[in-house]
Amino acid sequence: MNTTLAIAKREFRTFFASPIAYIVLAVFLSLSGWLFFGPLFLAGQASLRGFFGLVPLLFVFIVPAITMRALAEERKSGTIELLLTFPIEDWEIVAGKFLASLGMIAVGLLFTLPYSISVAALTGPGPAFDWGAAFSGYLGLLLVAASFIALGLWGSAASRNQIVGFIIGLVLCIFFAFIDNFALLLPERLARIVEYVSVDFHFQNIARGVIDTRDLIFYATLIAIGLTLTTSTLSSARK
Amino acid sequence: MPSSMIRIEGLTKRYGMTEALKGLSFEVPRGQVVGFLGPNGAGKSTTMRILAGYLTPTAGKAFVGDVDVSADPVRARAMIGYLPENNPLYEEMMVFDFLHFIAEVRKIDPAQRDARIKSAAERCGLKDVIGKDIGQLSKGYRQRVGLAQAILHDPDLLILDEPTSGLDPNQIVEIRELIKDLGKEKTVILSTHVLSEVQSTCSRVLIINGGKLVADDSPENLPASGGEGAIHLVLGSRSGAAIDSAAASGVLKSVAGVTGVDVVEGEGHGTVGFKLRFGVEDPRRALFEVVVKNDWVILEVRRTQVSLEDTFRKLTGDKKAA
Repeated sequence: MNTTLAIAKREFRTFFASPIAYIVLAVFLSLSGWLFFGPLFLAGQASLRGFFGLVPLLFVFIVPAITMRALAEERKSGTIELLLTFPIEDWEIVAGKFLASLGMIAVGLLFTLPYSISVAALTGPGPAFDWGAAFSGYLGLLLVAASFIALGLWGSAASRNQIVGFIIGLVLCIFFAFIDNFALLLPERLARIVEYVSVDFHFQNIARGVIDTRDLIFYATLIAIGLTLTTSTLSSARK
Repeated sequence: MPSSMIRIEGLTKRYGMTEALKGLSFEVPRGQVVGFLGPNGAGKSTTMRILAGYLTPTAGKAFVGDVDVSADPVRARAMIGYLPENNPLYEEMMVFDFLHFIAEVRKIDPAQRDARIKSAAERCGLKDVIGKDIGQLSKGYRQRVGLAQAILHDPDLLILDEPTSGLDPNQIVEIRELIKDLGKEKTVILSTHVLSEVQSTCSRVLIINGGKLVADDSPENLPASGGEGAIHLVLGSRSGAAIDSAAASGVLKSVAGVTGVDVVEGEGHGTVGFKLRFGVEDPRRALFEVVVKNDWVILEVRRTQVSLEDTFRKLTGDKKAA
């Protein structure tokens, strides 16, 4: 556990040693602020619904950009040889990278808290601002991000080229984010399955303020699959 | 406690179609400093990577102490300090932060971390650069950072893959002194192309070629273990006429004991130089008879030392042709 945290800590600090972290955070915050507040004032309704609809889409691009270097860079620079000769298990390396990326997303989300506070302040007399829904929305965002991170890490493990890692991660995130859009075109039974594997479908449930174990199990499964694939791809470097 | 620090049994490693190691076996007792020699692609790095727990062998076993590196890799790796080839480091980290990170992942007791970092940094001469980014360091300092991370957890076995490559002569001497010093208390296996390095730091030499062990001896004995000596010979003809070097070398080759003849530079005026190699039998008496019979005169005859270089070339070069 301590070794996982040591890997995570080093990785997290490395983000901020390069300009990429700042650029990604700046892009995320400006896009989410701009795209959220514009329609908000037009609609004149003090709700975070727009925000929670928007951020998962941004994550599709932002998360692979955060995870792309995690393992690809280690392979390219050769430091993977150090990592893989430490007296630790391969999954600990992957878990450390996962936690660091999740920490990075959490920092990004922390900076969006003023959005919620502003919207709460804009709420007029009558219905109170729904802090419960805001809380479960943020939880849902973290779960979406965690699933995308697990997919993005696999992309990064598959190549020594960061850009290739980014593209593989992006394709996987797009698949799991938008697959439910096809549900309408499919017969009922198939549509159910397609909906079930969609990250967005489960997020909509949570963002409504309903924290259902079925949704939590879905995210846990997707994260576990992504991290297992990442670990086995990382271990195959030993072959 | 077993007496051997490294035990390798029939180690084989295939990358796709190419076979990097073909059933390599050797044993290294505790406290020995072993030089691992071989041309590029001989399998040195592959062997070291398997020992260090980075690669898994295709077949065969490798033990560090009594731990099988494939069966219990985490425990085996904990006993090893490893300096990989090309010394990969996290460029963006400060030297101290890097060593601190190593201390964490190597599970060094938090109470001892700072003391360990301090002693490793002192030993490797890193005190002046401890607060600098690794990316800014010269190659010599980088190498010391690599060594410092390898000794930080006080391992029983040090695996150093080309520890002096790319350094200037002063840095090489410094690093060698450091390795010699470490060798007093630890088992060290180091790979190199530089033969003088083996002679100055190692008590034993292993030469591998094409994934197999071709020699295993002390650096002093190794030149002779090729079973050969050499003679430098310069001949002229009694009449002063030029000697036909091709015909003469044919004659010399037939002398009992001579195993090889190379024509080298003579002294001019029709003289010819030869480099003769011989096996167990000393051919000098027989040579004298042949020279007299052919009406030649010996202008110079000198036994030459067979260097480690010659042995290395013979063991790793000739085998390919054969």
